[in-house]
Amino acid sequence: MRADDDAHTPVPDPVLRLRGVGKEFFGTSVLREIDLTLFPGQVHALVGENGAGKSTLMKVVAGVHRPDTGTIELDGAPVSFATPLDAQRAGVATVFQEFNLLPDRSVAENVYLGREPLRRGMVDRRRLHADTSRLLDDLGLTSITPWTRVGSLSVAQQQVVEIVKAVSYDARIISMDEPTAALAEQEVALLYELVGRLRDRGVAILYVSHRLQEIYDLADTITVLKDGNHMLTAPAAEVSPDRLVRTMVGRDFAGFFPDKPADTVSGELSGELSGELSGEVAGEVPGEVRLALEGAGNSMVDGIDLEVRAGEIVALAGLQGSGRTEIAHGVFGIAPFTRGRMTVDGQPVRVRTPRQGVRHRLALVTEDRKSEGLALGQSVLANARLVLDAVLPRASDRRARGVPGVLRSLAVPASTVASARDVEVQYLSGGNQQKVVLAKWLVTEPRVIVLDEPTRGIDVGAKRAVYDLMRTLTAEGTAVLLISSELPEVVAMADRVLVLRDGRVAGELPGGSDEETIMALATGAA
Amino acid sequence: MTTGLSQETAQGTARGTARQWRERLLSGGSWTVLALLVVVLVVIVVINPSFAEPVSLMAFAKKAAPLVVLAVGQYFVIVSGEFDLSVGSLVGAQVVIAARLMDGDEALTWPVLALMLVFGLLVGLVNGLVTTLLRVPSFITTLGMMLVLFGAIRLWTGGAPTGALSESFRVLGRKGFPDVPGQFQVPYALLVALVVVGFAVLLMRRPFGRSLVAAGDNAVATAYSGAPVWWLRTRAFLLSSLLATVAAVLIGGFAGVTAQVGQGLEFMAITAVVLGGVALGGGRGTVVAAMVGALALEALFTLFNQLALPSTIRPAVQGVIIIVAVAYAARRRRT
Repeated sequence: MRADDDAHTPVPDPVLRLRGVGKEFFGTSVLREIDLTLFPGQVHALVGENGAGKSTLMKVVAGVHRPDTGTIELDGAPVSFATPLDAQRAGVATVFQEFNLLPDRSVAENVYLGREPLRRGMVDRRRLHADTSRLLDDLGLTSITPWTRVGSLSVAQQQVVEIVKAVSYDARIISMDEPTAALAEQEVALLYELVGRLRDRGVAILYVSHRLQEIYDLADTITVLKDGNHMLTAPAAEVSPDRLVRTMVGRDFAGFFPDKPADTVSGELSGELSGELSGEVAGEVPGEVRLALEGAGNSMVDGIDLEVRAGEIVALAGLQGSGRTEIAHGVFGIAPFTRGRMTVDGQPVRVRTPRQGVRHRLALVTEDRKSEGLALGQSVLANARLVLDAVLPRASDRRARGVPGVLRSLAVPASTVASARDVEVQYLSGGNQQKVVLAKWLVTEPRVIVLDEPTRGIDVGAKRAVYDLMRTLTAEGTAVLLISSELPEVVAMADRVLVLRDGRVAGELPGGSDEETIMALATGAA
Repeated sequence: MTTGLSQETAQGTARGTARQWRERLLSGGSWTVLALLVVVLVVIVVINPSFAEPVSLMAFAKKAAPLVVLAVGQYFVIVSGEFDLSVGSLVGAQVVIAARLMDGDEALTWPVLALMLVFGLLVGLVNGLVTTLLRVPSFITTLGMMLVLFGAIRLWTGGAPTGALSESFRVLGRKGFPDVPGQFQVPYALLVALVVVGFAVLLMRRPFGRSLVAAGDNAVATAYSGAPVWWLRTRAFLLSSLLATVAAVLIGGFAGVTAQVGQGLEFMAITAVVLGGVALGGGRGTVVAAMVGALALEALFTLFNQLALPSTIRPAVQGVIIIVAVAYAARRRRT
């Protein structure tokens, strides 16, 4: 269909062109040498794994970040946006995942927020509504009226209002960050239609999405990013889903992960264990079920069946928002399950608060260590004994004596261990902070430990320490539930992988399954 | 050669130590306010050398003791990330209630003290539960409580407090030992304040204290570590009201019953705590710093008396102090 158009018209001039764009944060480069060209009337899909750099690139286009290297050209002339507002005025609009709408104002008031038409110093409501009506009509949006309160609209309709707002700035480039992430399936049609109309009007659309189906439905061109590198740009028709997934995940991490106990020297360790495990093959089949969920669910996830055995690492894989963290929060009582059954060591339990979770000897290393894991202004020691102090005050002093040993076993530098009483956690590196979080749980001797993105944002050495710890824990019979967006980590560490999609278990894969299979299941391409 | 070298190192260490002390004194923590206290006391002594005499110092301690007790109570609440504006009104209410109920009757001293204790704890419980369970910001909860107590007492007494405190009730706030008039004595109020501070220091070294500071630093992380944050903070409010009750006994004994008793004490206590470098919003600061803050504030007011400044200048000075102290802490956070 697009090829037809090309036959009639010569190749149009690009409206936006990025050349060699690079961006660093605190010495880590998150984008390197990115070239990207957008043409009028083109839907350009930007894909990649979590952390590939899609969001950063979008923010560079939107004027939120300024590139450290490279140039941005608008209609052939180099530009530099100081603020998002500058970009908007130049016709580059961005629809972020979080809506920037005022729920108690009308659609018209939201669309023209801050630049309402005035008449004698007062807002000219008639013109405000007329202008908005015209915009809505142009886009064929009959289901929304200018005076509707935004809060009463569906999520999809709110998304549309965001896009209408972008259009009202005469945007010639609209980038959308996972616009369907929050939408139910039947709502997606509304968005598809709108994207189609914008394309027909000659707007260039940069479309970030995880969902392969959507990408092939909408996009003319696909660009793949991986670890901040530009991997591929090609017409959608020329990239097979297989090749797309392979390009997204292909990586070389060989030899980085500690081997599973069965095939290494630590076979001795598993030999000891095998006695306890009633003759089962050590390292192959773990022990009794430590944590089990049957049909567990709440408002975020549903129908979750899951088993983690002693000495086993089960990974929860899936895209952002697929319900991985929500399962962790359900197990640990942060957002308790309202349906289904949960057992710990065969005993049915109800965990409604983290406190009850700790009492059942569960542990949760949260995804965001700064806002959920640590009291940053307190000392290393105070943080390491936080759980003991909170839940087991009587045993706290005695068991806190184990903190230095635990820190050392996690390869925390000796000087940090020595000054654990005085040094505030905020002055530690990300890796060492994460080790303090781990220590605070290890001193409680958990039976089940849930690790939510345990290696996010930490250096290679600390990552290795986390992987080693996971092996040690399983050798001691702890059950480990690993949540990770890092597929190589999932593949190398997990005995089994549960893949989640849209709050449900999409399938279970054996450990060592390749990344493409996991990704295919997670995106719904399989 | 060797001597030269060692001299150099000695100088280097001296310079290092000097820098260390400079940092300590400017850090905005307990050392800074301690330095302030010392400076103010020295200035007072220069102006009025008799202040350095033991009798005068003890009189100063007696006067400062209630504020120290209140500051320690306020410390628990502030370090957990909240505020207690109701303590001034609570002190006033307790004194007025005690006077009216016992009306000078010695036999009623202990029953009335018990009642004050129960009333104080009830106020703290309401403050704590409304703040934590109903999620009303403590600024509003305790502001409301302050007005309720103030109004209820006026309503009950018709504006003019009646009755009198018994002699034995007033002993703690007024007397000391040895109890010989005109001679040096250690005021009981000082002993009460020291016991309160000691008890608070010990409490903050216990799991409860560490959890409380952690909750003020990061309530989410503390809750995810299994702590019942609502109960931690409610206990902080209970402690604050309990210590306000203790302060009421001292103040009632010291100053007797008036309609103005307790007025403005909540801001005195908050100023003292902030002056001690305890961070508003929680998570940082020590009991000792709060105590030194209270002493420094009281010393500053004593200095104003020495300079014969009108006492009406106090609120203005207090306002400046609280803003400067918080701005100083904020500047330190930024750098």
